[in-house]
Amino acid sequence: MNAKLETAATAAPTAPIKRRERRNPLDYSSMRWMQIVLAGNFMFLYFPILALVAFSFNDSKRNITWQGFTLKYYEKAWNNIALHDAFMNTMTIATISTLVSTTFGTMLGLAIYRYKFPGKALYDGWIHLPIVIPEICMGVSMLAFFAAMNIPLGIFTITVSHIAFSIPFVAVVVRARMSGFDPSFEEASTDLGANQWQTFWNVTFPYMMPGVVAGALLAFTLSLDDFVITFFTSGPGSTTFPIKIYSMVRFSVTPEVNAASTALIVITLTLTITAMTIQSRSARRQGK
Amino acid sequence: MTEARKPIIRIRNITKRFGSVVACDNVDFDIYPGEFFALLGPSGCGKTTLLRMLAGFESASEGEIEIDGQPMLDVPPNKRPVNMVFQSYAVFPHMTVLDNVAYGLKVTGVPKAEARARAEEALGLVHLEGYGQRMPDQLSGGQRQRVALARALVKKPKVLLLDEPLSALDAKLRDAMRLELVRLQHTVGITFVIVTHDQDEALSMADRAAVMERGKVMQIAGPGDLYEHPNSRFVADFIGKVNVFEGKVSGVSGGRLAVEVGGMGRIEVPHDGVAQGDVGIAVRPEKTRLSKDRPASGLIVLKGKVTDVAYYGNESHILLDTDAGVQVTTTVQNEKRSTDAAMTIGDDMWISWSPEDTLVLNG
Repeated sequence: MNAKLETAATAAPTAPIKRRERRNPLDYSSMRWMQIVLAGNFMFLYFPILALVAFSFNDSKRNITWQGFTLKYYEKAWNNIALHDAFMNTMTIATISTLVSTTFGTMLGLAIYRYKFPGKALYDGWIHLPIVIPEICMGVSMLAFFAAMNIPLGIFTITVSHIAFSIPFVAVVVRARMSGFDPSFEEASTDLGANQWQTFWNVTFPYMMPGVVAGALLAFTLSLDDFVITFFTSGPGSTTFPIKIYSMVRFSVTPEVNAASTALIVITLTLTITAMTIQSRSARRQGK
Repeated sequence: MTEARKPIIRIRNITKRFGSVVACDNVDFDIYPGEFFALLGPSGCGKTTLLRMLAGFESASEGEIEIDGQPMLDVPPNKRPVNMVFQSYAVFPHMTVLDNVAYGLKVTGVPKAEARARAEEALGLVHLEGYGQRMPDQLSGGQRQRVALARALVKKPKVLLLDEPLSALDAKLRDAMRLELVRLQHTVGITFVIVTHDQDEALSMADRAAVMERGKVMQIAGPGDLYEHPNSRFVADFIGKVNVFEGKVSGVSGGRLAVEVGGMGRIEVPHDGVAQGDVGIAVRPEKTRLSKDRPASGLIVLKGKVTDVAYYGNESHILLDTDAGVQVTTTVQNEKRSTDAAMTIGDDMWISWSPEDTLVLNG
C-alpha cells in the first residue's frame, strides 16, 4: 500500500495534469466575486464611521476638507461644560438603568428558563416585544404614559424607559446562558445539604454570571447610545450625550461633534468587546 | 439471611403517578444496612423515579418511605441522611475538585479546616490524591465520577444512591469501576442503592436486586436466585438469555410436573409449587448440550438445524431452528484452540439438557 502511494507521488510531477482544485460548494469566501461583495459591504458599513473618526482630528472649522492633524477639538469637547453635563447625565442614567434592568432581567431570564406555567409561550413572546417594536413607538407610548400619569419628564423618566427596554435584552442573554445548565447541579447541591438560598448563590449564580455580565454590558451600551426613546422622555436639564451631540449638529458639524461621537464609539466598542470576550471565554471553559 | 436485622430503608406501598402514567405501582420492600442493592429494569420501569423518591426529589403519590427509622414524607432532600451520585455526575464546573468534595460540608457549617481535611481523605478513598486543585474540565469522565463519589461519601450518608453510575464510561473502565464500587462499599460499609438497566452490572455487584417492570417490582432476590430461579417470564428474559417453549401442564406427581410441549411431546421436570394450565418451559443457553447423535435417555432432547453461529472468541452462540418451532440459542465454550469441531450452518444437531436445569415459568 505504501509503495503504491509512493509511485503516485513520484508520478505526479512527470505527468502534470492541470486540474482545478475541487472547491467545497459552501466555501464562498474563496470566490473572487464574493470577496469583492464582502469588501464592498465592509466599506459601506464602516467608511462613514472611519471618516467620522478621521475628521475628528481635522484641523478645520468645517468638516469638508482635510487641513491637518490636531487634537484641539478633543480638548474643546472635553472643556465644553454642556457636553460634560450631558455626559454625566448619560452615565447616571446608564448606571442606574443597568443595575435595575440587570436585576429584573436576570430574574426574568431565570424564571422563564426554569418554570412551566400556563400561557408561557405567550408570555415569552410578549417580553420580547420591546426588542422588536420600533423605538419610535416605544418612545411615543412612554411619553403618553408619563403624561397621563402626570410624571414630569427628566432623568427619572429617561431612566425608567431605559430600564423598560433593557430588561428583555438581559433576560434573553441570561436565558441563553442557562440553556446549557444541567438541572442536576442544583439537585446535587440540595442533596449535599445546601438550602435553596445557598444553592442559588453557590451553584446557579456562578454558572449564570457570564450571562449576567454580558447582559449588563449590553444594557449599559443600549442606554448609553439610545437616542429616540430618550428624546421623547427627556425634559429640561436632562439632556443626554447623544441628544447633546444631535443639538450640536443642528448648528454645524464641527470636528468637535466628531470628537464627542468618537468618544462615544470608543466607550461602546470597549464595552461590547468586553461582553463578547467574557461570553466566549465562559463558553470555552464549559469545554463543550 | 438479613431479615433479622432492622431495615435501613422501608418502602411501604409506594405509588407514583405522573398524570395518567404510573411510574411506581404499589412498590413495597425493605433494604438492609450494609447491603449493595440494585434497582434493575428496562428504561421507563420506574427505577429512577424510585431512587429520586428516596433522595427526596420526587414525592410519592401514595405510600411512605422510612430511612433509618425516620418517616421521610416531609423531609426535604437537604435534610435526608442519603447522598446521591448523579448519572451526569453533576460535578460543579466552576469549583476545584477539592471545593466540590468539601461543598457538602461547608454548606452545613463544618469548619473550613475540618472540611478540607475530610475532603482530602475522601479523595484518597477514591484514589484521587493530588487532584484537589484541578478543575473538573481537566478530568476524564472516570475521574469526574470519582469526584462525585467522594463528594457524596464525605457526607458519611446512611445510604448512598447511585443513578446509572457506569453508563457514561467506556467498557474497560466500566469493568474496573464495578470492582472499585464493590471494594469501596466494603471499605465504607455504607448501604449502596444503585439504579441500572444492565443486568450484568446488577448481577456482578449487588447483594440483592429488585427487578422492576412498568412500575411493578417483579422479583427481589440475590443474583444467583434471580438467574437460576426467576419467578416470571419477564425476569427470566431480562436477566440473561433464555429459550422458552410453550407448554400445557398435564399432570403433577411427587414434586414432578408433566408438561405437554408442542414438537417435544411429554416432558417431566422437577417443580415445587403450583402450576397449571399454560406454562413456559425454559432453559438457559449454557445449560444445553449439542451432539450429533441422540444423547442418552434421562435428558430432555430436541432436534434442530443450525442456522447461525456467532463467534465471540471465548464462546460461540449457536442458533438452531428446532422441531418445537422455536428458535433455540445454545452457547458452546471454545475450550480448544482447534476450530475443527466448529459447527456449520445447516448441520442437524441434538439439543439436550437435564430436567433439573429446566425452568418452569408461570404467567
